[in-house]
Amino acid sequence: MKRFIGFIKKEFYHIFRDKRSLFILFGMPIAQILLFGFAITNEINNVDIAILDHSKDAATKEIINKIAASKYFSIHQFIEKEDDIEAVFKKGKVKAVLNFEKDFSKNLIKENNAKIQVITDATDPNTANTISNYVNAILQNYLKEQNKSSAQVYQIVSQTHMVYNPELKSVYMFVPGVMTIILMLVSAMMTSISITREKELGTMEILLVSPLKPIQVIVGKVFPYIFLSIINAIVIVVLSIFIFKMPVQGSLFLLAMESVLFIITALALGILISTISATQQTAMMISLMGLMLPVILLSGFIFPIASMPLPLQIISNIIPAKWFIIILKSIMLKGVGLQYVWKETLILLGMAVFFIGLSVKKYKIRLE
Amino acid sequence: MENNNVIKVAGLTKMFGDFTAVNAITFDVKKGEIFGFLGANGAGKTTAMKMLIGISTPTSGKATVAGFDVNTQPEQIKKTIGYMSQKFALYDDLTVRENITFFGGIYGLSREKIKSKAAILIDELGLENVANKLVGSLPLGWKQKLSFSVSLIHDPKIVFLDEPTGGVDPITRRQFWELIYKASHQGTTVFVTTHYMDEAEYCDRVSIMVNGKIEALDTPKKLKERFKVDNMNDVFLKLARG
Repeated sequence: MKRFIGFIKKEFYHIFRDKRSLFILFGMPIAQILLFGFAITNEINNVDIAILDHSKDAATKEIINKIAASKYFSIHQFIEKEDDIEAVFKKGKVKAVLNFEKDFSKNLIKENNAKIQVITDATDPNTANTISNYVNAILQNYLKEQNKSSAQVYQIVSQTHMVYNPELKSVYMFVPGVMTIILMLVSAMMTSISITREKELGTMEILLVSPLKPIQVIVGKVFPYIFLSIINAIVIVVLSIFIFKMPVQGSLFLLAMESVLFIITALALGILISTISATQQTAMMISLMGLMLPVILLSGFIFPIASMPLPLQIISNIIPAKWFIIILKSIMLKGVGLQYVWKETLILLGMAVFFIGLSVKKYKIRLE
Repeated sequence: MENNNVIKVAGLTKMFGDFTAVNAITFDVKKGEIFGFLGANGAGKTTAMKMLIGISTPTSGKATVAGFDVNTQPEQIKKTIGYMSQKFALYDDLTVRENITFFGGIYGLSREKIKSKAAILIDELGLENVANKLVGSLPLGWKQKLSFSVSLIHDPKIVFLDEPTGGVDPITRRQFWELIYKASHQGTTVFVTTHYMDEAEYCDRVSIMVNGKIEALDTPKKLKERFKVDNMNDVFLKLARG
């Protein structure tokens, strides 16, 4: 036990004396969560739009007022003819143009059918999509009010109710993803680098010739990272609760246990990588390409798995991060207990056992 | 004289697939002697050494190190030997004192013992002024001497040195050999591989490995007489070229 403590003390010296590790360990999580939370967002605010109003009657005026009053849009300019539309877009400031047809009010009342063209700048498809949705919502809202007063016609109005994230805050989606990335980065990449470093420097050989058992060496190497990963997870959760008002509906204990399970899976992957790479550079490349990319692209963190081509959907199943993100979202946003995520937990557990087994086997082979 | 042999090797063989890296070598090393283990690159000396220090299992054959069987008691062997590899192997980002404490710790020395050992070691190597400096900032020669002293921290019966003087200047090499002599005088058996033939002359006995076999084993003086040459370099060349 005393040997073990000495070993861990040494590991902490390594970590705290290396500015790069310190930055990855403590700078990255905070920077990432703030970046994703503040800068990267699917919400729109004060988007500049232009209006081309061919009727200029009561109805169009009211709609325009409604749009101008919303915090999502600000009316940048009024244009007079179709030809101006393209010119406005080319200047780049205006992201959407609303084109009201002639005799808008009349058509609306008499034929119950008036047309607005919503033209959006789709160089940024996400924003374009959001803008058109928001405009539609405002129009629906206007119609509802009109129908109320005139008590006229039956219309089907779909009422959308977004559960678990009613305001569609993107931070709710990013926190589980960022947490997954950070834990993967710290646990897998940092351990694989720290183990290969000992190999590269030749100190691993010295450790293996010492009375320390190989398993003690490995546990000694990964233990500090388990500890630091847990701290990181706590920092991320605390930041998201207090800065972004992210709710944690479910049990914190369950959240902690699931995180530990994922950390262990990632550590096993890190050990596995260290057994197949001879240098720190290789370990880093394998971690980045083999772990980080799939985590970002295929875990459902940014791109929804359901809309991927089938082969990618199948591949996404072998990525531990996918299951961890599902678990995180369920616990944090839906507030469910283990009875709803036992399947994902079991899959993650299976992966952890598999990777630990594989890395122990690989590690033994390497010793030969 | 059975008890005088701290390393006994009989028919030790290591195969990697079809390739025989070490081919049935047999030799003994006496207590307290400086045993030079020579051979060209790829002759199998590192593989042989790895079996003796308990990190590689022999394919066949027997060997005991300090009375322990390499096949069945590698853990006991590890406790009784010291090892220094050809790569300089202390931690650059730890201070001299922290390195000593760490390696003392993994060999299970008590805190007081580590303290007194560290004091002696730092004094002997004249490192008082840099004891709390990072090892990375020391010149290579100092590091190597420190590395050797650290490999002796738990008073091992035998110390294995794998090309310990690679890349250092002749003066430092000379000083390094003085440390080896000192350890040998204190009763530690020294098992050393080297490329430098002048160093082979410093050994009590040397063995020369060629293609996995030990082709010659004797005192440097007798080897030179046998091959009718006046230095170890020529002995080596005659053997290696067949």
